Amino acid sequence: MERRAVDWWVGLFVLLGIAALVVLATRVGNLSGFAFSNGYTLSANFSNVGSLKVRSPVKIGGVSVGEVTQIRVDPKTFMAKVTMRIDPQLKLPVDTGASIYTEGLLGEQFIALQPGGLPQDLKPGGTITMTQSAVNLDQLIGQMIFSKASSGK
Amino acid sequence: MAAEALVETQDLYFSRGRRAVLAGVDLRIPRRAIVSVMGASGGGKTTLLNLIAGSLAPTRGRVMVAGQEPTKINKNALYQLRSRMGMLFQHSALFTDLSVFENVAFPLRRHFPLPDSILRKLVLMKLEAVGLRGAAGLMPAELSGGMARRVALARTVIMDPQLILYDEPFTGLDPISIGIIATLIKRLNAALGATSIIVSHDVHETFSIADYGYILAGGRIIAEGTPQTLHDSPSELAQQFLSGNPDGPVPFHYPAPCDYDRALESDAVAGEER
Amino acid sequence: MAVFDFIPNLGNRVLATVPRLGTATRFLMLGLAAIFSRHFSFRQLLRQVYGLGVLSLALMIVAAFFTGMVLAFQGYYALVRFGATSALGTLVALSLLRELGPVLTALLFAGRAGSALTAEIGSMKATEQLSAMDMMAVNPLAWVVAPRLWAGIIVVPILCVIFDLVGVWGGYLIAVPLLGVDGGTFWAQMQSNVTFSGDIMNGLFKALCFGLVVTWIAAWQGYAAQPTAEGVGSATTRSVVTASLAVLGLDFILTALLFK
Repeated sequence: MERRAVDWWVGLFVLLGIAALVVLATRVGNLSGFAFSNGYTLSANFSNVGSLKVRSPVKIGGVSVGEVTQIRVDPKTFMAKVTMRIDPQLKLPVDTGASIYTEGLLGEQFIALQPGGLPQDLKPGGTITMTQSAVNLDQLIGQMIFSKASSGK
Repeated sequence: MAAEALVETQDLYFSRGRRAVLAGVDLRIPRRAIVSVMGASGGGKTTLLNLIAGSLAPTRGRVMVAGQEPTKINKNALYQLRSRMGMLFQHSALFTDLSVFENVAFPLRRHFPLPDSILRKLVLMKLEAVGLRGAAGLMPAELSGGMARRVALARTVIMDPQLILYDEPFTGLDPISIGIIATLIKRLNAALGATSIIVSHDVHETFSIADYGYILAGGRIIAEGTPQTLHDSPSELAQQFLSGNPDGPVPFHYPAPCDYDRALESDAVAGEER
Repeated sequence: MAVFDFIPNLGNRVLATVPRLGTATRFLMLGLAAIFSRHFSFRQLLRQVYGLGVLSLALMIVAAFFTGMVLAFQGYYALVRFGATSALGTLVALSLLRELGPVLTALLFAGRAGSALTAEIGSMKATEQLSAMDMMAVNPLAWVVAPRLWAGIIVVPILCVIFDLVGVWGGYLIAVPLLGVDGGTFWAQMQSNVTFSGDIMNGLFKALCFGLVVTWIAAWQGYAAQPTAEGVGSATTRSVVTASLAVLGLDFILTALLFK
């Protein structure tokens, strides 16, 4: 009877819904971001983190290798202490540097790591010492206008 | 007439808002009888059936069906009681999305999970009884009014009820269908050993099959008795109803707030002023 | 005079609404609880999922496709002024997942399936089918209402996921091949800014609430309709209007609660 057709359609409908959810989760959402959940943590101190946020990406040479998990102010030094989780397969040398860059002119900010050359690796929970803070765009523009104005006189 | 009453109402009152639909109705319906309740349209006949079926609760007085008060028992007990009742609705009330066969099978399927072969046999037997075995595969939309009423009748009796309630079973049917339905009501009542209550305003058809009749007017029983005694009833109201006179105790004119001439006059005055 | 009558009239109307809301809520509770009734049928539920869901699918897909395409166009022309077209994927995805997906799905569902549901239950009432069922000792709440309520709750989130996906795909087709946004950026930006629990799941939670509310209103309007042809007609109109307003109002509350 028609009964079987209804069953078929309803089954197909539900499957379609589940498939759509899976595609949304993996392709549109960053469910793949959970891949770093078993990574190890490193921290770095910056004088200015700009608009860096928790979950901002950590990249090496443009490739995502981790994400920011925590940002807080160190109560002694008043520096911003950024904790990040890194892909466990990557062993970074102790002289690795960390900088905060902006993606494009107005894009989001991320941490770029520059691996160094020393043979010892950073241990989980270790601290990156060589850091370069976020570029403050307002300050930069202000400086530019100021220098233009003074040279124009 | 048997002494034991299956349905009994005592001093039954029912009102909608301030309007009293029933104002003190006493009925006594013996087992195995076909009893008719007649009255003008809007006279509370359908309300009376709903009170007996337990869909409405009386404002005062009480209804007893097989020794129970339908509105005083819980939902399960009411459903238990109703599974021994059948009701034929004025508009047949067939389920439009189910075939004739499935319509008749519906109560059985819901209450007794029977093997398909037995269910088929039972349903076709009832359809045969109303002469529509051949229409089992049709959808309700494909039936004429008379056929739909017969299918509804088959569905009403599929559970072999002890009490069958008929709400205007003859309304809107052609003379042949009326004759068929009347015959079926009588035949099914005898075959099932059931008790039937027919609510109707079709005097002749109802009297042709009823053992006993009540005439309901203004929320009260104004006359009762066998069809013959009703015909000879001294009540003017009963006579007007039974012979269909346009004027009598029930006035032809709906009561007007002021008399007709003055109403015309004031209209004319209003017209001149304009 | 009219001004003086206005306030007591308003008061009376509000006072009349309260018990009606109570009756409707009781109807919802009994309807949902009737899933445990002896007369609840899984087969009826499947039929309703088919009727309310599968049959609405084509409408949803077409609507979602166009919504996504329009979003991409409008978003592009707004973003291109700031040189931020790389954020187009994020814009399309977030708009769809958080707002347009659930809301449009619910509104279309109210128009397509909700109105049909009201008309169906209303005409069942008008032709005494519900009373007949009750007389046959089958509870209409379990046989008619419960499968429809539960089907609505199941179907709307599924339709919403499909709406979201088709919408994003429609946006992609406009953004990348037509407007020349870089495909990699489109997806990468989307992925880094859309979270599974925060955006996708919250959107679906909204859809679930909307499904419940729309089906509830539609079923109740049919169940409470005047049992005449005219009564069913006006109940159907009321069903769509009330359900749409309820979705928009509820959307505001849910957005305030879910996306802080």
